[in-house]
Amino acid sequence: MKITDETIDHLSHLARLEFNGDQKERIKTDLTKIIDFVDQLSSVNTDGVEPLIFMTETENVLRDDVDVVTISQTEALKNAPVHDTDYFKIPTVLKK
Amino acid sequence: MYHSFDEIKAALDHGTSVESITKHYLKRIDEKKHLNAFLEVFADSALAQAKRVDEKLKNNTAGRLAGVVIGLKDNLAYKDHKVSASSKILEGFVSLYTATAVERLIAEDAVIIGRLNCDEFAMGSSNENSAFGNVLNPHNEKMVPGGSSGGSAVAVAAGLCTASLGTDTGGSIRQPASFTGTIGFKPTYGRVSRYGLLAYASSFDQIGPFANTVKDVALLTEIMAGKDEFDSTLLQEDSKNFLPAFDTTRKLKIAYIKDCIESEGIDPEIRSRIFEIIEKLRSLGHTVNAVDFPYLNQMIPTYYVLTTAEASSNYARYDGVHYGYHSSNAEGVEDTYKKSRSEGFGEEVKRRIMLGTFVLSHGYYDAYYTKGQKVRRVIQNKTKEILTNHDFIILPTTPTTAFEIGANVADPITMYLQDIFTVQANLSGNPAISLPLGNHSNGLPFGIQAMGKHFDEAGLLSFSDYLMSNCK
Repeated sequence: MKITDETIDHLSHLARLEFNGDQKERIKTDLTKIIDFVDQLSSVNTDGVEPLIFMTETENVLRDDVDVVTISQTEALKNAPVHDTDYFKIPTVLKK
Repeated sequence: MYHSFDEIKAALDHGTSVESITKHYLKRIDEKKHLNAFLEVFADSALAQAKRVDEKLKNNTAGRLAGVVIGLKDNLAYKDHKVSASSKILEGFVSLYTATAVERLIAEDAVIIGRLNCDEFAMGSSNENSAFGNVLNPHNEKMVPGGSSGGSAVAVAAGLCTASLGTDTGGSIRQPASFTGTIGFKPTYGRVSRYGLLAYASSFDQIGPFANTVKDVALLTEIMAGKDEFDSTLLQEDSKNFLPAFDTTRKLKIAYIKDCIESEGIDPEIRSRIFEIIEKLRSLGHTVNAVDFPYLNQMIPTYYVLTTAEASSNYARYDGVHYGYHSSNAEGVEDTYKKSRSEGFGEEVKRRIMLGTFVLSHGYYDAYYTKGQKVRRVIQNKTKEILTNHDFIILPTTPTTAFEIGANVADPITMYLQDIFTVQANLSGNPAISLPLGNHSNGLPFGIQAMGKHFDEAGLLSFSDYLMSNCK
């Protein structure tokens, strides 16, 4: 399968990543190779096979519906790169 | 040097303190710094914990792991300590809580000595994808230690701690165990809580131990195992006794996968060692049968389609806003996400996020993602069928011994094929262990792998102990 610049642009936007110049060429080559490699999947006959989605047979493992505070606001902001006393901060969205 | 918990217990009986055992390891870590196994040593909290355990020992209130010193792979949370998954995107991140598996070890009075280098976000087979430098194999420092839990394997191999924790998504405990001559165990999917593990591929990831004896591996697994309200995939029954106790009157039926042994690229010495072990088991009265497994070439592709899809979704949380690396070159929200992620993630992680995004994208979802889930069921069914007719499967852990640093970095696919024999257990969810039963003429160790039935940790570990004593 041929991976084009447009495919890379589309996928990198979905993944919120950026690839420029050499990096873009590299990811294009790598993805082409890897997709060719994973195409070997099609050689397995899976007619009538249900997709395997859940790896365990346990079902509906639920806890009681009681609210608990697991992380305080101070803790939640502790690792934020930019924050004030109450909020996570992001760069200005609307310019004056 | 303490080789096992039994040796530590003997030392404690002779008056050694946990504090002095911890100091011994701290000194050893410092001497072996150049191996780059530890990203950070928790000297202060380890010594404080050691003193607490010594007090408990005096009062006869100590837990089952008093004296054991453990290193954590750098993707397991330990409250008030840093964790980074060997990634720049989490540099400086401090855990707000402790992973359940780690919490349970601490509750039994283990000392946690530091966090161990690994491939970034557990993606890799050589520890060369770490943002903080590669790890050297103590058997030959020109060689990789394997990955992704490379630091965890080396820490045990070089005597830097009694045991360590790793995680195994496609072979990341067993492959480095093979390369470093240690025991590495991946329990059944659903046996050990992943709460506090920085997820890679949630339907594959398992936490497991590295140690020098099967007994230590069994004890740690037994303590970590069992239901936890924070991981709903777990088997809802209490943990059993996993301590090895092989019934020597028992005659086993063991399978070996012909396609693995006959595959190209397997080192001839590893192949002949497998046959030697098969003959030994036969001579001990067990039945060993060759079985077909016609999906060898499709396993790694299935693994990559499914794990990258899950990773691309799991890694959406690394946004440069709530925690972790934040690009200062960005304008507005979307640009903050894109720049922080592009500057923070390493090359292999971005490559896998892109593949995962591709297989989940409109127009390709059914052909890749759904198809992968169907092939996974075919592989699981075939594995179940083999293990319905047999007690265990034995196979090599890795096709070769440790390779040279830099040898496989150019082509991602040759690196991916490192996992060819280990990935089956992750696709099917079975428990599997790598045992250091091979010594190559090139001077390097290699592992022999045994796989058991779902949730038969007790049986598999007993068989492992039996193999270790009879096939040395």
